[in-house]
Amino acid sequence: MEISRIISIAISMVFINNFILSKFLGLCPFLGVSRRTQAAFSMGIAVIFVMVFSALLTSLIYAFVLVPLNIVYLRTIFFILIIAAFVQLIEMVIRKKSPALYKALGIYLPLITTNCAVLGVAILNINEFFVPGAPVYAGILYSIIQAFFAGIGFCVALLLMSGIRERLEFTDTPISMKGIPVAFIVAAIMSLAFMGFSGFKL
Amino acid sequence: MKSLIKEFSKGITVLNPTFGLILGLCPTLAVSTSLFNAVGMGVAATFVLVFSNLIISALRNFIPARIRLPSYIVIIATFVTVCELGIKAYLPGLSKSLGIFIPLIVVNCIIMARAEAFASRNRILPSIFDGLGMGVGFTLGIAIIAFIRELLGSGSIAGIGLLKSNEFILVMILAPGALLTMGLLIALSRLMGLTKR
Repeated sequence: MEISRIISIAISMVFINNFILSKFLGLCPFLGVSRRTQAAFSMGIAVIFVMVFSALLTSLIYAFVLVPLNIVYLRTIFFILIIAAFVQLIEMVIRKKSPALYKALGIYLPLITTNCAVLGVAILNINEFFVPGAPVYAGILYSIIQAFFAGIGFCVALLLMSGIRERLEFTDTPISMKGIPVAFIVAAIMSLAFMGFSGFKL
Repeated sequence: MKSLIKEFSKGITVLNPTFGLILGLCPTLAVSTSLFNAVGMGVAATFVLVFSNLIISALRNFIPARIRLPSYIVIIATFVTVCELGIKAYLPGLSKSLGIFIPLIVVNCIIMARAEAFASRNRILPSIFDGLGMGVGFTLGIAIIAFIRELLGSGSIAGIGLLKSNEFILVMILAPGALLTMGLLIALSRLMGLTKR
């Protein structure tokens, strides 16, 4: 448990290996909900929340159920079920407890289940922090930290994109480039800018 | 027979997952750095699509409507795991270069979308052809992107070097190149009227 490792995870997840712009995880919501800044912000917060908790749940299940029972090869099935169940649970709780929040996040929550960034971070955590011999509790902690900063990186990219797209609507784009294609070109330029961080090492 | 051909061909043309429906973007962009990886990914996704469509269609009258989505996820995840273990055993190189994108086939929207929109409402044979057509359409889309990126980015086609080292643009096989290629190809397919807007 070292501070320097935490800082390097944070910088790597937000800037260098940004989930959307350099790993291509979570592109569907990136293009789907980046039309309005408000919606993008709600989606970003919902993703951070779900990512952190599903990282916690999946790493616990992996360390204390799958490894002792020697059924590590079933991890994909387990993880996707955990994520789907968790998202469903959150949706039910929010609908009951806070109708205002449900109105803001509601339609984005079911979408998160099929957001590959959530399953992606769970699998990356296992591959990176749960190699045989590594301490289990540190692994769980690093997983949560990695998931949190991956979520922040996702949120940052989504917010930047939505700000640009709100203005793009007023520009005179050729008909066949309107909407998704021009969003891809903008994302390409953003990704080029984020590549500037790639020499960064701690 | 005619209708089966129609189910097969719509995935390649009008409802092409990559350029028409714009689904399953993450693997399309991430693994299209070389033609070999792209075709490997396409074949893996086609395998999962065909078999999950087959099983879901066969069980469509037994799965209660309220829990259909979790049931579909379990069926799809099972075939993804089969696929993952198979690739790891027989093609370790491919398994290494596709990395986490093999398990991520589970959350590929194309498969879930076909399960929900087609396989859960149609008989087994049309569902298989639908899955096959969508899979071939996906493979074709990802292969076209990979062909362009590999040629421009590393100067080769399927690993055979064609260009000298100062003639290609490295950025095309990196992340920005993927996004740029994808944007221009979607715009091109709209301009030519191949896919609906």
